[in-house]
Amino acid sequence: MLAKRIIPCLDVKNGETVKGINFENLQYAGDPIELAKKYSDAGADELVFLDITATNEGRKTTLKMVENVAKQVFIPFTVGGGISSIEDMKRLLSAGADKIAINSAAVKNPDLIKQSSDYFGSQCVVVAIDAKFSEGDFYVFINAGQKNTGIKLIDWVKKVEKLGAGEILLTSMDADGTQNGFDLNMTKLVVENVNIPVIASGGAGACVEHFKDVFELANADAALAASIFHYNTLPIKTLKQQLKINNISIRD
Amino acid sequence: MSIVIIDYGMSNLGSIRRAMEECGADVLVSNNPEDLKISDKIILPGVGAFGDGMKNLNNQGWTKIIREEVLENKIPILGICLGMQLLATKGHEGGEFDGLNLIEGEVVKFTSLDDERIPHVGWNEIVKTKESPIFEGIEDGSDFYFVHSYHFKAKNKEDVIATTSYCGEFASAINKNNIFGTQFHPEKSIPVGFQVLKNFINL
Repeated sequence: MLAKRIIPCLDVKNGETVKGINFENLQYAGDPIELAKKYSDAGADELVFLDITATNEGRKTTLKMVENVAKQVFIPFTVGGGISSIEDMKRLLSAGADKIAINSAAVKNPDLIKQSSDYFGSQCVVVAIDAKFSEGDFYVFINAGQKNTGIKLIDWVKKVEKLGAGEILLTSMDADGTQNGFDLNMTKLVVENVNIPVIASGGAGACVEHFKDVFELANADAALAASIFHYNTLPIKTLKQQLKINNISIRD
Repeated sequence: MSIVIIDYGMSNLGSIRRAMEECGADVLVSNNPEDLKISDKIILPGVGAFGDGMKNLNNQGWTKIIREEVLENKIPILGICLGMQLLATKGHEGGEFDGLNLIEGEVVKFTSLDDERIPHVGWNEIVKTKESPIFEGIEDGSDFYFVHSYHFKAKNKEDVIATTSYCGEFASAINKNNIFGTQFHPEKSIPVGFQVLKNFINL
């Protein structure tokens, strides 16, 4: 059976891993390469690196870091942040990334999803979406969550699937950093409206139930978390063992 | 003597090269088909579409030499993901295209039977259906990393060495004589994937 994936996310700023609440108050959380290796050894199913400052500061994701990670980590990893062209993607993929996540650039230029999936194949293209509940509906935000696009989440996910996205990485800005659990309603809404895999993100606390719920109740294909792994409040090994006991399909 | 990894512009060669080196292999990433004549094993990696893959192999002069080395000189070849699919007779991704025809079969898209999501992404189990040297030391039910929307429909059941359950059941690994293919990515599936690569290296 296809296993549900546990994905540690490393938010990276100037080559360091950081974590904040609601995209603010960033704190240093460890060396990305050391963390990547540690997570891979502990049984992480994939890794995601997001260069969270890239869009605002126009800074490109550090290729060097990607190269070093690829040298030491032999599970799939995705890189996102500040990617706005096929050329950016080519550089990252040849540095060793397996998949590319595009966020703001996809909203500004949806055709980039089609171009990149035609060029590299859908399996390489993850569309990352930051969404928030506002005035009765979920809306898509860009620029590290600072700008409401006015685009309804449900319309956007259908569109990105049509354009050739291989996966959706869905972050709830309301839940992110709270450690109160994933946004089940929002995740479920997206899962039910697309046929590509959905990675739920934002809100995971040191609580196995949070993961169990997002897999069982919202039917997410993968769950992404950062703090609980960085600060070791819920180690990956423990989490996976507990999920297994709870009859969730998990890789040994 | 070395293992040539074919560079035909369709894959993340870095991952497979690093994984092979980590497994102790002497590898040469090559964009020159003539290098196959001095190799003792071949890896055909690949991500992307079947039609583009074959177009590149044909235009860059790989097809004929691969067939010669594999069929006449019995050089072992391992196709990974799209690389496995290209071993087929035909592919049906974005049209109909001739493949390398090293193992008879056709490459077709998954049909979702029970709300399965496509592409098939993530770690899934293999069921070994036949003994094969590349599966030495690999336990039945081991998890490997997959990412694909198309799969290999082998004409002859005896060429299939493992199946995986998704949208029904599909061939997750094939082997006929010196020809091997894995739909999963051994280079991204530590530790079991590295065992598969080591088995291929040690053939």
